[in-house]
Amino acid sequence: MPSQFFLPDPEGQVPSPEGYFGAYGGKFIPEALVAAVDEVAVEYDKAKSDPEFARELDDLLVHYTGRPSALTEVPRFAAHAGGARVFLKREDLNHTGSHKINNVLGQALLTRRMGKTRVIAETGAGQHGVATATACALFGLDCTIYMGEVDTRRQALNVARMRMLGAEVVAVKSGSRTLKDAINEAFRDWVANVDHTHYLFGTVAGPHPFPAMVRDFHRVIGVEARRQVLEQAGRLPDAAIACVGGGSNAIGLFHAFIPDASVRLIGCEPAGHGIETGEHAATLSAGEPGILHGSRSYVLQDDEGQITEPYSISAGLDYPGIGPEHSYLKDSGRGEYRAVTDAAAMEALRLLSRTEGIIPAIESAHALAGALEVGRELGEDGLIVVNLSGRGDKDMDTAARYFGLYDTDAEVAENASGSAEIEGDAK
Amino acid sequence: MSGNVRLLDDTLAAAKAEGRAALIAYLPAGFPTVDGGIEAVKAALDGGADIVEVGLPHSDPVLDGPVIQTADDIALRGGVKIADVLRTVREAHAATGKPVLVMTYWNPIDRYGVERFTAELAEAGGAGCILPDLPVQESALWREHAEKHGLATVFVVAPSSKDGRLAEITAAGSGFVYAASLMGVTGTRETVSSQAEDLVRRTRATTDLPVCVGLGVSNPRQAAEVAAFADGVIVGSAFVKRMLDAPDHAAAVEGVRALAGELAKGVRGTA
Repeated sequence: MPSQFFLPDPEGQVPSPEGYFGAYGGKFIPEALVAAVDEVAVEYDKAKSDPEFARELDDLLVHYTGRPSALTEVPRFAAHAGGARVFLKREDLNHTGSHKINNVLGQALLTRRMGKTRVIAETGAGQHGVATATACALFGLDCTIYMGEVDTRRQALNVARMRMLGAEVVAVKSGSRTLKDAINEAFRDWVANVDHTHYLFGTVAGPHPFPAMVRDFHRVIGVEARRQVLEQAGRLPDAAIACVGGGSNAIGLFHAFIPDASVRLIGCEPAGHGIETGEHAATLSAGEPGILHGSRSYVLQDDEGQITEPYSISAGLDYPGIGPEHSYLKDSGRGEYRAVTDAAAMEALRLLSRTEGIIPAIESAHALAGALEVGRELGEDGLIVVNLSGRGDKDMDTAARYFGLYDTDAEVAENASGSAEIEGDAK
Repeated sequence: MSGNVRLLDDTLAAAKAEGRAALIAYLPAGFPTVDGGIEAVKAALDGGADIVEVGLPHSDPVLDGPVIQTADDIALRGGVKIADVLRTVREAHAATGKPVLVMTYWNPIDRYGVERFTAELAEAGGAGCILPDLPVQESALWREHAEKHGLATVFVVAPSSKDGRLAEITAAGSGFVYAASLMGVTGTRETVSSQAEDLVRRTRATTDLPVCVGLGVSNPRQAAEVAAFADGVIVGSAFVKRMLDAPDHAAAVEGVRALAGELAKGVRGTA
């Protein structure tokens, strides 16, 4: 029986054998990692054509993750979007609370096939870390998660979740102490422990085959959404909208719609305090092609190739790179990318909460803010699918401070000391 | 003006003729300041290093351990630029007549421009470049320009490199081959990994280029151990650590000179 949920890219849309999407991608890695990365590519190729792999992954995606995820129409929210119809692809309802589990389960199966016993991963908002820790608990693998120190504070709940699941969480104190630095540290670990360790990379960046493989594991998002919107609205949407940090949930939603020329693919990047302030992480809007973390893509960098420190209120989008396929979609014009400020994202977060009873992750709120804008541009005949990539539980402390939801200052202070305790590594 | 790849070849050949391994020192440019870094590089060469690698500090040094990360941070906070790296090469070579290479992650070169960087490095008297995150498959443009400007392209091989791949890498490289003694990032270690000797043997089977061993060598005893089976011994973090631990800059420079002297005895088996 063909797979229902593991839906790798059909022929014709894969990157070149060297891993290039047009001018972007490739494999810029130290020699020490070449054998391991090649092994991942070979093993993934074998897995793709192995019905047993598809059967196992399908089984997990249905009975563990809860796929297919719902497509929910949100009319009270859409009233603020120029009257366009808006549907949310509910990846927030997956087990662990975000789209990340799709990729993690696929790579966890691959880890087992490669005979490796330990998994490492980076995490920004903690959603990929939680999903990875979850899969490691399920498969009995040792798990170490690297997370920037800044992020361990703003996503303290997820640090606790990972530790509850048995993972070691390392707070990374180098550089900007965010996602980029967590990836640097994970690479250092991988180089030293590659014989028994798989680096379960969490987004569609990194060296080939990661951008294509991670996309394939998330492709199910768009395949389901396309079928669901046809069933529920009777036609294809005018736009598919998703937030982009590294770009995994966006490519997952977009990919099945690429052949549908009438569907605009719109990625929403974090503009932070505004691109003009320099405090942002809008890589495609403000970056230039370069090499970061193993592939060529747009990068936030200075004139001498030093990576500049990104900023976003959202830990999951606070990254100065972007998956190479997005760079390709941008240059070819097939993808459109716009920047959404912290303020616009937080407003959208509150609006969805109050109009629909759905609290989104701050990451996904960037896509919702984009949908409000695009809906007004399209008017009441418009039809939009937004990827609600994650739920907002993890962000409640940030949101409560932002909107002043705590009762007293004393409680805020108490809460702050509570999250500070989580900073150190409890090995 | 052509770069000094010949000087590099001759230096390695001369060490071999003396029946010993060459001593190759690594120090990042701009650490602790541009001028201070130039003094340190000269001290390494004066103290007994045959060759020096000048590091181009990077914001994201994924192959470096905490010691070199700290030095890179200090250099970048001090505002070090590629022009300063090139000045370090120029002054170190001019003062000592010895071969000076640059070691750098790929993105700064990609951004600066391959043609411009190779021309300027050659003009500064540089002998070549070590590019640890540029795999041979992605290196055609670099090699074309490096060759045109008389610069060596030093590739890194690792214990995990399979024999077929070693042959591909050494066929594309020049100057010498950088054999990483172990799987890991830069930093000092107590013992030299047993993987190193096997890697040198497998690498030599594919090439006549000298094979130099780096990663984890920090003292004369280890240098002597590696010198027994390799054509060169590369030491980086130990120099940087001496400088970080020194009470002031003068002591840091003297520490570099002294360590180079000790290691030079190590590679001659006279420590």
